[in-house]
Amino acid sequence: MTLVHRQSTIPVAGPPAPRYEGPNRRTPAPPAGELVDSPGFPTAARRELDLPVQRGNLHQAMTTIRTKRQQCVSELDHWEELRLAGEAIKNRTLRHLDSYLVQLEENLTAAGATVHWARDAAEANRIITGLVKEALADEEVHYDGTGVVGDEVVKVKSMVTQEIDMNEALEAAGVAAWETDLAEIIVQLGHDRPSHFLVPAIHRNRAEVREIFLAEMGTYGKPAPPDLDSEPRNLAGAARLHLREKFLRAKVGISGANFAVADTGTLVVVESEGNGRMCLTLPQTLISVVGVEKVLPTFDDLEVFLQLLPRSSTAERMNPYTSMWTGPTGGDGPEKMHVVLLDNGRSRVLADRIGREALRCIRCSACLNVCPVYEKVGGHAYGSVYPGPIGSILTPQLRGTTSAVDRSLPFASSLCGACFEVCPVRIPIPELLVYMRNQVVESKKAEAKSKPGMPFLAHGEPAAMTGAAWMMADSRRWSAATKGVGLSGRILGKADHLGPMPWPLSKWTNARDVPIPPQESFRSWYKRERGGGSR
Amino acid sequence: MNAREEILTRIRTALQDVPEVAPEVDVPVEWEYHRATRTEGVLDLFVERVEDYKAAVVRANSGEVPGRIVEALNAHDVHSVVLPAGLDPTWRAALEASEIEVRDDTPLDRAQLDTTDAVVTAACVGAAETGTIFLDHRPDQGRRALTLVPDMHVCVIRADQVVSDVPEAITRVAPSVRENQLPVTMISGGSATSDIELSRVEGVHGPRTLHVVLVQD
Repeated sequence: MTLVHRQSTIPVAGPPAPRYEGPNRRTPAPPAGELVDSPGFPTAARRELDLPVQRGNLHQAMTTIRTKRQQCVSELDHWEELRLAGEAIKNRTLRHLDSYLVQLEENLTAAGATVHWARDAAEANRIITGLVKEALADEEVHYDGTGVVGDEVVKVKSMVTQEIDMNEALEAAGVAAWETDLAEIIVQLGHDRPSHFLVPAIHRNRAEVREIFLAEMGTYGKPAPPDLDSEPRNLAGAARLHLREKFLRAKVGISGANFAVADTGTLVVVESEGNGRMCLTLPQTLISVVGVEKVLPTFDDLEVFLQLLPRSSTAERMNPYTSMWTGPTGGDGPEKMHVVLLDNGRSRVLADRIGREALRCIRCSACLNVCPVYEKVGGHAYGSVYPGPIGSILTPQLRGTTSAVDRSLPFASSLCGACFEVCPVRIPIPELLVYMRNQVVESKKAEAKSKPGMPFLAHGEPAAMTGAAWMMADSRRWSAATKGVGLSGRILGKADHLGPMPWPLSKWTNARDVPIPPQESFRSWYKRERGGGSR
Repeated sequence: MNAREEILTRIRTALQDVPEVAPEVDVPVEWEYHRATRTEGVLDLFVERVEDYKAAVVRANSGEVPGRIVEALNAHDVHSVVLPAGLDPTWRAALEASEIEVRDDTPLDRAQLDTTDAVVTAACVGAAETGTIFLDHRPDQGRRALTLVPDMHVCVIRADQVVSDVPEAITRVAPSVRENQLPVTMISGGSATSDIELSRVEGVHGPRTLHVVLVQD
């Protein structure tokens, strides 16, 4: 297992665009700092647990969606067959990804689209910024004293453009990128970050949404009606009016793609509101950013995924709108189409024979919705655009296991297994979490070994385990040992975990955190409470 | 090495463990494609499932269709309607004879579409199980913006266009993509969102009213 990991010399995901801090921002500024610099999961989780409103919002929403999904899935008696088919089609694609990508490129080009390849986030952002600038070059640009008016794009909700932090790259280049999905504009106008794949503003309730709309919409376009109440229907109506003027004047649309069909060169976007259709249809130029793992071999394969995805994500038989397009169509929709195929760490994930299973993910968010950990802490604790169980395995694979947050993510789970049960492409998330935990330990050990002056005993861990086995095999030895740690627990006081310890315990703790032992062992508690008679 | 070559090289390096055999041999897919999931009650199910999305469905024979279209538009207080060039001439005639202003897609620009109340189109395929209508935007359905910007969409679908479920529907629509590279729009009810507290709200950016006329002779 670890050999595969260590052999990989393929680069991890490149850093996202730096947050644009300059004057005259054109869009609401997101929170300061980079996601990858987030504190480790336990610290972030504690912070998020202190938000009772968010906890209530999440509990309410997750309970609703879980019940709906169960109903929606149990309607189909061939659901398990569908999951197996989804798994197999994705495995087939990933194991022959190079040939499918070449085929996709050929058919996209034949259909009249221009294909670009991007190794990482920075390269993708450079390509996109260049294309946007070119498309807007003959636009009438004027200055209103603070900045350029007219340089803007409208966006379909897309995880991959968040992954590369494209909005900030465009902002730095003087282009305003407007989110058009309702939840995404709640996040964007709220100077906030997404916390869920499907419903990025899931951590907000209707009253909070109303406040954000009233406070912010007027700064960036059509204001919210002053008498706006918190009825979801009316909040959606305010978004409709606010965005309509942006749709009607947009020259450039930017999208992701849920699927990219190799044998026809067709891109597919699955959505609900019609904002996607607006962005895909009205502008003259369309730029689609597509992660290389989004390929499907044939158009026929859509019959499997268009059943799996909506029932797993919004828990509907079908989402309201799905758009498919195969290059430009004269007189209908954008005249120019660009497709940016993005690696950004995916080929590295692919190199790991075990970890690559995570690349089957179709971003439905079913695993988030059933996760007891996600429901309590929400998406922000994960320090990644990919939160929840799938994010806990995908993020450290894409970004590598060097930062505190990436090292903590595989441990952000109770391994209850619910995520696998609902995954439409049968990703064994619990097994991959355990595997990733091992990867984190291995990378910490490698790091400790490479530090000069740090003695490292190659077989220290097995020796430690043998010692532990000897100790645990005899109840008297175990009692004596646990008495010791109980004492140390009392001495160590308020700290909640032990960092690296002196040799020989360092064989274990230089790669792992050990919780502070309880002040009393279970055995001694039992003896005290239930009186004598131990065995 | 340019980005394309480098990414493909990375992927080929990553896949060194995969034997050089055809993908279909390497990973068999145990799935029977193009299968009908039912043969009976398809139309009733289609109606039930479209209505589940809070869209209206009326049944009519071919002769009744023009009248049903005008009725639906009047019931929603529609003053202007855009018609695709290839629409059935009898439907067009009924609308021209009504009080409703008929606009042709000459093409209309976005602002003109935005001030048009409704659109009437034919359809390509319907999937009963999911209550989905597929448009492939041939001349009787119009370009994509027509069924997007106006707030009401009256969609006329024939009984012989309705199939059991998504697999059959994808099979029916595939030639439009494979042979003609036409865009396809799948519509399941009106525009909707579940973005606030995961409670479904009908009506965001697309047409807030979907009215389906199912033609059975």
